[in-house]
Amino acid sequence: MPLNTDKTIEGSFQLIGGDFSIAGESSARLKSILTDLGVQEDIIRRASIATFEAEMNVIIYAAAGTLHYEISPRQIRITLVDMGPGIKDIDQAMQEGYSTAPDWVREMGWGAGMGLPNMKKNSDEFKIDSVVGEGTTVEMVINLP
Amino acid sequence: MKLGEIVEKLSLDVKTGHHGLQKEVSGVYVSDLLSDVMANSKEGNVWITLQTHLNIVAVAGLKGLAGIIIVNNRQPEKEINDKADSEKVTIMTTSMPAFEVTGKLYQMLN
Ligand SMILES: Nc1ncnc2c1ncn2[C@@H]1O[C@H](COP(=O)(O)OP(=O)(O)OP(=O)(O)O)[C@@H](O)[C@H]1O
Ligand SMILES: [Mg+2]
Repeated sequence: MPLNTDKTIEGSFQLIGGDFSIAGESSARLKSILTDLGVQEDIIRRASIATFEAEMNVIIYAAAGTLHYEISPRQIRITLVDMGPGIKDIDQAMQEGYSTAPDWVREMGWGAGMGLPNMKKNSDEFKIDSVVGEGTTVEMVINLP
Repeated sequence: MKLGEIVEKLSLDVKTGHHGLQKEVSGVYVSDLLSDVMANSKEGNVWITLQTHLNIVAVAGLKGLAGIIIVNNRQPEKEINDKADSEKVTIMTTSMPAFEVTGKLYQMLN
């Protein structure tokens, strides 16, 4: 299905570490933008899941971060840059079930160690870079048909 | 089966999103882990959980779930109800534990 636009649309949202009250808002807004553009449902679903998980990780683990989206006729690119503790061993973090979430976060039902695997599963391209003590960057691309 | 029928048969207490009772239920997913629900629930599912905090509304909204049943007589706070109402997410509560609601729903839907 063609998009209702031939231009690239972009924007960004600020994320604040520890602010669970706004968790999911960036993903919800991105979802409504994609819906307005007429993007097909399964792609919106994948983008929403991947974005929400990425957004949650910034809120749980980092002090602050930015979510940037770029929608072109060919793909959706979502980039998250955070100022946080970084990840020492990315291979380990990518394993399903691995989590360092503190108890109070686990009590909320986060910390299953499924977020990064969910992001990877739902994107066509997934890149993660991290520097301990500086922060983490996640880049996800979902192709449009 | 419509969500409203389930509410009636199980005597659930509807806290938010009354209009959603017209929705057709596609199945049930039981979990207290939010990333698990993000990964494995399906659109139109009823989600059974004991979580009561704000993030459940975002999960249900993003996944297009038919509604959330909160078990064990746990109650969502007012700010959660307000958010759920504005995001059109139906939240129901029951005094039954998860096992009991799930068992009843399993029989009703199969
Ligand atoms: N932005 C980040 N900054 C620092 N550490 C991170 C970040 N994202 C992930 N991690 C680390 O990687 C681990 C695994 O992340 P993942 O999202 O897969 O699971 P989780 O957040 O622990 O649980 P879930 O996502 O299932 O709620 C985290 O517990 C954390 O240690
Ligand atoms: Mg996570």
